[in-house]
Amino acid sequence: MIASKRRRIWVRSMLGAAAAAALMGSALAQETLKIGLLATLEGPFAVPGQDSMRGADLALKEKNGMAGGKKIEFIKLSSDATPDKAVASTRKAVEQDKVPIMIGPLSGDEGIAVKNYAKTQPGVTFINGSSGAQAATWGDPAPNFYRFNTEGAQWMVGLGEHALGKGYKKVFLVAEDYGFPYSQVQGFMASYCAKGGKVVDKAWVPLGTKDYSSVIARMPKDIDAVLVVLGGSDAVNFLTQYEQAGGNKPMIGGSITVDQTVLNYKGKRRESLLGTASAGPMADSIDTPEWKKFVAEYKAAFKDGFPSPSLFAYLYYINTKAALDALDAVKGDLSNGQKAYREALQKTNFVGPAGPVKIDQNRNGVGTTYITEVTKAADGSFYNKVVKTVPDITQTLGLSEAEFKKMGLGSRDVPDCRK
Amino acid sequence: MKLSRGQWAAWILIGVPLAVLALWAIVDNDKLFFTTLLNGLTLASLYFLVASGFTLVFGLMRNVNLAHGSLYLLGAYAGWVVGDQTGSWLLAVATGFVTAGVVGLLLQVLIFRWMQGQDLRQTLVTIGISIVLADVMLWIFGGEIYTFEPPAWIYGSIVLPLVEKYPTYRIAVFVMALAIGLVLWWFLARTRLGMMIRAGVDDRGMLAASGANVQLLFAITFAIGAGLAGFAGVVGGSALSISPGEDTRYLLASLVVVIVGGMGSVGGAAIGALLIGAAEQFGLAYAPTYGIVFTFLIMVLALAFRPRGLLGRPA
Amino acid sequence: MSAAHWRRAMNGQTVRSPRPAAVPRPAFVEVAADPYAHSDAPRWLKSLWSRLSARHVLVLLGVLVYPAVASPFFTYQIGAQSLALGLIALSLTLLGGYGGMVSLAQMSVAGMAGYLVAILGTSTATAISLAWPWWLAVAFAIVLAVVFATLIGWLSVRTEGIYTIMITLAIGVAFFYLAQQNYTLFNGHQGFNQVFAPAVAGVEFRQPVPFYYLTLACALAGYGFVKLLVRAPFGVALQGIRDNPRRMRALGYHVTAHRVATYAAAGLLAAVGGVLITWYNNRISPGSMGIGVMINILVIAVLGGMKHPIGAFIGAIVFVLLQNFAIDLLGTDFRERFNLVIGGVFLLIVLFSPDGLLGLWAKLRSRFGPRSPIANQRRQP
Repeated sequence: MIASKRRRIWVRSMLGAAAAAALMGSALAQETLKIGLLATLEGPFAVPGQDSMRGADLALKEKNGMAGGKKIEFIKLSSDATPDKAVASTRKAVEQDKVPIMIGPLSGDEGIAVKNYAKTQPGVTFINGSSGAQAATWGDPAPNFYRFNTEGAQWMVGLGEHALGKGYKKVFLVAEDYGFPYSQVQGFMASYCAKGGKVVDKAWVPLGTKDYSSVIARMPKDIDAVLVVLGGSDAVNFLTQYEQAGGNKPMIGGSITVDQTVLNYKGKRRESLLGTASAGPMADSIDTPEWKKFVAEYKAAFKDGFPSPSLFAYLYYINTKAALDALDAVKGDLSNGQKAYREALQKTNFVGPAGPVKIDQNRNGVGTTYITEVTKAADGSFYNKVVKTVPDITQTLGLSEAEFKKMGLGSRDVPDCRK
Repeated sequence: MKLSRGQWAAWILIGVPLAVLALWAIVDNDKLFFTTLLNGLTLASLYFLVASGFTLVFGLMRNVNLAHGSLYLLGAYAGWVVGDQTGSWLLAVATGFVTAGVVGLLLQVLIFRWMQGQDLRQTLVTIGISIVLADVMLWIFGGEIYTFEPPAWIYGSIVLPLVEKYPTYRIAVFVMALAIGLVLWWFLARTRLGMMIRAGVDDRGMLAASGANVQLLFAITFAIGAGLAGFAGVVGGSALSISPGEDTRYLLASLVVVIVGGMGSVGGAAIGALLIGAAEQFGLAYAPTYGIVFTFLIMVLALAFRPRGLLGRPA
Repeated sequence: MSAAHWRRAMNGQTVRSPRPAAVPRPAFVEVAADPYAHSDAPRWLKSLWSRLSARHVLVLLGVLVYPAVASPFFTYQIGAQSLALGLIALSLTLLGGYGGMVSLAQMSVAGMAGYLVAILGTSTATAISLAWPWWLAVAFAIVLAVVFATLIGWLSVRTEGIYTIMITLAIGVAFFYLAQQNYTLFNGHQGFNQVFAPAVAGVEFRQPVPFYYLTLACALAGYGFVKLLVRAPFGVALQGIRDNPRRMRALGYHVTAHRVATYAAAGLLAAVGGVLITWYNNRISPGSMGIGVMINILVIAVLGGMKHPIGAFIGAIVFVLLQNFAIDLLGTDFRERFNLVIGGVFLLIVLFSPDGLLGLWAKLRSRFGPRSPIANQRRQP
């Protein structure tokens, strides 16, 4: 009895010690430089998330795994496209794994949440992944949050004029009811309305709606085109239902409406997609040597990837490349609150696969937008053919800063040009 | 039909404003109104297909099967694989039904049978199964969208009076739901098995005491209920495509339909589906911002005034 | 007594009683007389003293000393988060374990409290936030959230038993969509950012260690509240209602009122937990109370054991640890399969140990633990 009691105490205290050790957490000594990398690897956005990781890996591979004279190790983190999870994963990387540089997140609202967290960690540099929300850098920016890619509104600048050029003077909008489409629509309307176009009505459908039949029924007959800013599966549903309901107006797509995932969806290809105009920071068919090199490297490195790098792979690639290039420029010196490193980031200016990559004084990307149209290739598959290139687009969308401030960030009713 | 004064008051209170709104809408844009009405009807058909299995399982076995949505998605994916391989949509539909039915049968025989009477535990198990199934399907099929290819004669548009062009497929779904509804009614009302099911819904203990093989009955019912979910998966997937997240969506729709219509009643499921389908479509057409909350509002109101649902029986 | 025996007794001879050999009495477990029966200490102190054991003291010491031995990350992201989530799960334990009403809308009540703190206090959405002083905002938030919980309860008790899960699930999702679609009050999909815990009397509650002690205090208070409540007449009646509402009704108890009051009490716990979680995340949005999180709270409560208040906190710790470290443990191929792990563990627990981890522990203890003295006694012929 006494012996078994002693053994019980021994076993329990061992268990308790093990649990205590596990709970306390340990910090191992580092010799490599750890960089946190956050993307949505859970949930329905897992596929773009995986591709974004490929983009970051490609940037590191180009540098043979070294930057600033140190070996770089990515701490890969996952979120499920909710801002809470993104902040929790970021916090784990920054406070537990003690990364000095953090790259991510993927989606718009996550970006705003991470920017707010960045303000509480002035000693760490945060670089965007592919978040395209305007508010991540505009209005109350964080001095240590850098975005080398352009955001959702910038991606649509120039499409408005192109639409007018095609004779679309009146459009009807169908878009999802949250932040990213708001900015996309603002980017489109900034020049479209100014040059005389009219957005007759806006149908903001709640996130997750699959049944667009009532929205389609609402469309007036006297419009010239339908502006569709939906993503992925929603876009497929809309296109099918629109066609079946007898809709025959041409379409203008947002940046994620006619991208790879939609053009590649598993089912009958819709001929009605041909000719759809769209705009974005990159396109599969960019005809420059830099882009072709990027595509070739992507294909060679990732046998399980897409046929061509997706938007997310590209965005993560340029952000990661900027982060690593700046490390090289300061030879890995992250001392003194990363002052030299941040100056190097501000001075970034390289020619990326889809145009020059640089940032403005608000640490937001200034870049090129490509206007595309869906075309059929020789082998019968669909792709986005570049028809126009619009360079040097800033966050104020071609307006002066005062005018842009007056307009405010995109929302349900801003901007408005019905009549 | 003799109505009490309270019932007259309810009908007038709800019916008159609705009638006025409907008249205004018709005058304003009659094509939109009738298209929305038809949309509501066809969406209701889909909801009925999904909810009928749910309410059957609940009515007989008091098992709130929160994995019903996962069975929907499972049937849809299985049907897609077969449809992709063979090119036959009908085969896909059959596969959806059979796969989900078999999985449902296994669940009942291997798991739920040992928990008879422990309603809460069964429900928690179904929640666990739904989480596991959802992640396994995400793993295997990824986050992409999958669409079906029904035969061309069912998948184009037809011309109808007043609404002009309308998707044929939605009419087909309505016809299918009508057929399934009639088959279910005939099964429950006219066959021996159906009679036993109805008896079991009313009084399970008595059914067991009268010598019927209750476990076999449960297994068959669960298989049918799950099979209906899988069938609806392929049918619904052809209309609205399948992707992760559809399971939760259709589970919630079934829940609301069954709460409003009454648990255990297939007729209640039909009425509930009509109400919810119409509410959702009219909400989306005329008040898109909050339309999605309307369905839940209806559910809350129904609960407040008729806690057992419109055609529900006492527990 | 036999005739011969009687005759002998009457004749004064010694009586040898024909009783069988004396049965050695089994050793009784001595019930000690109450050693404090004559003490002057107040009754609550006596009752507390007799109930506390070394186990309780050790755990209390452990959680008090925890920040001193753990890194700030562990204190904040593991410790404080577990305690806040545990508090919300505790409200579900009260409702489900002791009341028999499993409500999935507890996270919605918590979310309502969090939203109100953001709307009434300060945040980035300056167009909506009213910038009231923090104590006023928190007080109103908790009161209004309890009212919300009572409303949910009133709606849910009109149907019985497992219908509660369905109805509360639907109510929770409705509130989620309302918050997502409404921009004038709830600021839609992006929610409120920079909702910070206040600084009181020089203590910055945003910092990990003070925030940890704040959540610890609230968690201990909640735990004590539940423990007291279930032993009070209210709680005992509640358990009676859980087990047999008809009989309770026959005995004269107002079953519906009792249940709605329980919803209100649970709502109080969930509201406090919601305010803490909002301060923890420094933000609130519809996703914070979406269907995934609602199910997570259920998983946490069931994981620990729904019949024990401490189970909620144990479940929360396990869940938070898994959530943070599964990605490191699962390796590169299975990194994203965290949901599968959680769902699988939950399923195993519900299938094989319905009383959660605590039930498992109890079973293991009874199997491998010390044998009680009575059990070792040989039976007499």
